[in-house]
This record gives sequence, structure tokens and C-alpha cells, in this order.
Amino acid sequence: MFDGARRRVVSLWFPRLASDRALRARPVAGPFALTLRADNTNRIHCLNPEAERRGLYRGMAFSDARAYCPELLSRLADPMADRRFLTGLRRWATRYCPWVGIEGDDGLVLDITGAAHLAGGEEAMLGDLRQRLCRGGLTVRIGLGDTRGAAWALAHHGEGVAPPGEALAVLGPLPVAGLRLDADSVTALQRLGLRTIAQLAAAARAPLARRFGPGLLMRLDQALGTQPEEISPQAEPPHYGLRMNLPEPIGLQADVMAGTARLLARLCDKLNRQETGARVLCLTLRRIDSQSRHVELRLARPMRDPARILPLFARGIDEVDAGFGIDQLRLEATQVEPLPVEQISHAGPDRQGRVADLITRIGARIGLENVQRFLPADSHIPERSFIIAPAAFSRPETGWNIPCPRPLIIFPPEAIAASGPRPPRHFRWRRMRLTTLRATGPERIAPEWWLDDENWRSGMRDYWRLETTEGRRLWLFHTPQNPGWFVQGEFP
Amino acid sequence: MSPITAFPLRPARVHEACGPLAAALAAVSAAQSGGQILWLREAWRPESINPAGLAAYVDPSRLLLARTGNQTETLAVAEEGLRDGSVPLVVLELTAPLGLTAGRRLQLAAQAGQGTGLCLIPEGMGSPAAETRWHCSPLPDPGSAAGDSTLQRWRLIKNKSGTLGVWDVRWSPSARRLTVVSAARE
Repeated sequence: MFDGARRRVVSLWFPRLASDRALRARPVAGPFALTLRADNTNRIHCLNPEAERRGLYRGMAFSDARAYCPELLSRLADPMADRRFLTGLRRWATRYCPWVGIEGDDGLVLDITGAAHLAGGEEAMLGDLRQRLCRGGLTVRIGLGDTRGAAWALAHHGEGVAPPGEALAVLGPLPVAGLRLDADSVTALQRLGLRTIAQLAAAARAPLARRFGPGLLMRLDQALGTQPEEISPQAEPPHYGLRMNLPEPIGLQADVMAGTARLLARLCDKLNRQETGARVLCLTLRRIDSQSRHVELRLARPMRDPARILPLFARGIDEVDAGFGIDQLRLEATQVEPLPVEQISHAGPDRQGRVADLITRIGARIGLENVQRFLPADSHIPERSFIIAPAAFSRPETGWNIPCPRPLIIFPPEAIAASGPRPPRHFRWRRMRLTTLRATGPERIAPEWWLDDENWRSGMRDYWRLETTEGRRLWLFHTPQNPGWFVQGEFP
Repeated sequence: MSPITAFPLRPARVHEACGPLAAALAAVSAAQSGGQILWLREAWRPESINPAGLAAYVDPSRLLLARTGNQTETLAVAEEGLRDGSVPLVVLELTAPLGLTAGRRLQLAAQAGQGTGLCLIPEGMGSPAAETRWHCSPLPDPGSAAGDSTLQRWRLIKNKSGTLGVWDVRWSPSARRLTVVSAARE
């Protein structure tokens, strides 16, 4: 078996990741804490050393903390942003070795096997890591060992380096909590008198396995290297940004379009490989006076066909003021959606695609949310029997269920002078004198009590379809609870 | 061969309709065209087309609405839609009279895209560039079943290539068909 290079693993632990991140953005002097709302109280999520010196600790109720330390400054914690920050750190750490994984919520694990000499040896690499992270304002604890378990134990319990093959000697004096065990097992082991890893390793294995299950011994073996444990590096998310630097500034619209076409071809290649389509594209044109002009293109549906996207850019590029010239083009797909490969139909041209392009072009002029379509809704209230949704973000739906004839045109109710529950014989509407020829109805519609609609405060409505001798066919309603007559629509 | 001259509306041209039931003529044209319909209206107008009522003519899911800020935007979007040719019918609701240039530009766009344009105009605001102009008004219809009457009078009041005329028509929602009741006399 090949035994030329032993595995070497670095574990980084950021004990104050959340507060360090918050303080990097906006430093403050004095005690500082991040609070997180849990179990209906604000509790301290993370705090800086100054606050710890005042006797505050994690998980403490925030009101208690403020009572102990009135000058405590606090902000709200943002675990999602912390996670993104850790992901960024993981990406940064690939400068040392290609295998970097995330450990829990606040740690990284680097497999530096065969990579240490590139940074001038292990000692120099750890020094460099620590120096750069400290310069970035991050508290870090570093452990280096033959296994992930050993490195973790060293990082979390008194930093250090375990020389190759001597894991037990270095880990021995560390407490058993360094084996990544749950709190109950740690307490139970301490009650048995097994306080350090050396004591645990010397104890008989069979009774331990019977008492604690296989998990405890697995952790011990992983730390000492008798059982392997993998580090799973995360795949880089694909980046949809491209740029082109030009030796001489350009200013003609055709030149900018030609440059965009080249970038677009490469971007669409990438989208094609990932089976995704761009939804929002941003073209940044940097001018030689180091100002930038942005052309944003919001597409009505995800696309990755350069020949179809390029003409849609024409209008935006036309409006750009090139100034003294443009020397860099940058194209980025800022919003990307999955777009699986589809069977091309032989039945005629792709009309849906052309309509989507049209929606994109119209949307660029009047706003993509102003191009709409009707969707059916489940309500008897005439105004709510349909939804108007942006066409770019909805699919056409069929299934219109119309039990009674409805007017073609509706408008806000217009009051007419009439009384009684029967439709009036003569009435005036919009300065016209109308005479009823025939009335069909009533159709009673009750307001939806679960939705408070101001227009329906007058109670239920009796709808009538009125035909007049003048020809107009109107949709009237009477509100019996608040007597009154209104015209709301017109039939063809 | 339809008994109504100039209807269905001549393709690749822009037409006009006015009167109380101009929207009904647009709905009938939409029912007789295939594909999607682009319907433009200004966002501030209180009355609106009701999809439940439109369903008697055409499936509302075929309709694309564009809400514009003013008439200039309406015309720009209509020109774009007509020139593109992917929608066979573009309906514009206009609130102000069209100038000579705007009307001609719409005609050229329709010619380029081979689509049909239909402007719904207030009465008496026709533009000289329109191919045809229709006036649609409802008629009382005591003979039909209650709640079923759709009798209306369509008057062709301008026709660039043909004669004028008046027709009384009725729309059958179940058959989705336009029937000419009789050639009305004027």
C-alpha cells in the first residue's frame, strides 16, 4: 500500500464568527452582542471579548445582559448572512489547498495533504492563515492533525499541532468533549471518571460500546486515525459573468453590439452546459472616464439563445451615452432559472417564444409587470372572479367557470336615482334617459365576510340585467340592506 | 364569404371602432383570429374589460394586457407589437385623436408584421389613416329569449377600399359565431 504521504488536515474554528462579521462591517468600541429571537425572548447569539469580560455569555437573555452591562451595544443576528460569509471564507481558503469543506456553523476543514510545501511548510502555512484572518478581523483557532477528528479536537480545545503519527500523545490530555460527542455522553463519561482522551483510549472497548453504542468509539477511532473520515469539498456554484477589455475605446453602437454578441455567445455556452436560462441580464459598459453605464434586460422567460437575446439589447444600448469611449464590457446573468433541454417541435415556428420576446421588448418600455394576463379565481364577487397577473411570471390558465352571463365591460358602480327592490321603469344614467324593456334577475351575491372589502360594505347585492328600449344592456345591482341602485357593467 | 364587406377585418391594416359596443367588435375579431391578442389600455381608466364576459367570445387566457402610462406609450407598444407580427391582433384603446404621422406609422407597422390593428376610439375622433371605421351600438331585441339578446348594429362609416354599409348582427356564445340578422337600411 502506498504510504508516501500522510494525510494532514487543518481545522479552523471561528468562535466569534457572527459578531466578528458584524464588527467588520461597522466596528464599535466597548461591549457588543448580537441578539437572536428564540423561544419568544431575545437571547445573546454571539458577543465580543469585551462583553465576555463583563460576565455576559451566549444564550443569556438580552434583558438580563443589559441589566448587567448598561453600555452594551447590540444588533440583530443574521444567521443567513453568517452562512454566506462562511461560504465566502471557504472559497478564500482554497488558496491553500483544493479540498476545503465547511465544518458545522462556524468552522472550516482543509485537507492540506501534499499542499503544505507550496506555502513553505506547515508552520509557515498556519502562520500565514492566522495572520491573514486576524488582519481581516476574525478570531480563529487552528488545529492541525492527521485526521479531521484530531484537528477538530485541537482547534476547539487549546490549539496545537499533532505531529504525524503521534495523535494520541498530543490529544491524550485533551478532555473527551474534543471528540465531537453530544453533551449527554460527555457528562456520562465524566461520571465514569473518563475525563481525558488518553483515559478513554486506555479503557476497555467492549463495555464502552455496550454502554454508549458504536458512536463513541467511532469518534475516538476517527480522531486517532484508525477509521477513515472524508472531507467533502463543496462544488463552486457556477458564475455567469464575463468581461471583455478593449485595447482602444469604442463608441459606435454597432461595435458595442458586436462586443456584446461575443460575450453573449460565451455566456450562453455556459448556460447551455448548466441547463439554465438567464432571466435578468446586466451589461455594464465602463467608459474611459471610469464611469459605468448599465443596461439591464429583464426577459419574459428564461432564455439562452444568443441570436434571440442580442436584438433585445438593441434598445438599451441605443440609449447609452458612450462619452469618450467604452473600454470594458461586462455581461452578467444576475438571475438564472433552470431551463431543461427540450425537444424541438417540427410543427411550425415557435410562436410562444416570439410572443415571449415581444413581452420582453414591451416590458423594457413600460415595465415588465405592466404586461399582464387574466387568471381565473375562485370567487363569486365580480371584481374578484379573476386575477390580473404579470404575464412574464405566470402561465396561461384555462378553466374559466362562468355560471351566469357577465358583462363585457365593468366599471366602478355608478349610482342612479331609483328606489324599491324592482328595477326602475325609467332612469337616467350618464346623462341618458333610458327606459327598461326587460329585466332579468335578480342574482343575489353576498359579500365575502372573510375579506373586508370597502366596496362591499353596503351588504349583499341583487344583480339585474336590464335591456332598455334604447338598446343599451346594462348590469345593475340593488343593495337591499342599504337601499340604492347602481350600474356596474355593460353587456354587448 | 362573409355577408359583411370588410369583415373579418382586412389583415396587415389598422382599423378603428367607436360607439358603445366597440369592445364587442374587438372581441368578435379576437374570436376569429388565432393566437394571442395584445390589448393595450391606459392604466388610469376606471372601466375595464371583464374576462368573465369576454369568455363568451374568446378564451381569456389568449389575452395579453399591457397597461401603459399615456397614449404615447400605447402607440409605441402597439407599433412594436404590430411590427413584430407574433400577435395577429393588437387592440388599442385610445383617448385622444391620432395625428397623421401616428396613424401612418401604425399602418406601416401593421404592413411590416402582417398583423391587424384595431383602435377603439371615442366617437368622432377618427384618424384619416384608418382603413375602416366602424360604429357599433346595441339594439333592443324583444324577440329573443330573456338574458340572451346580443343584437347590435354595426355601421361601416369609413372604408378606404369598398363601400359603406349597415348590418344588424347577433353573436351566438354557444356556437361562437356571428350571424347577420338582416341588412339594415338607413
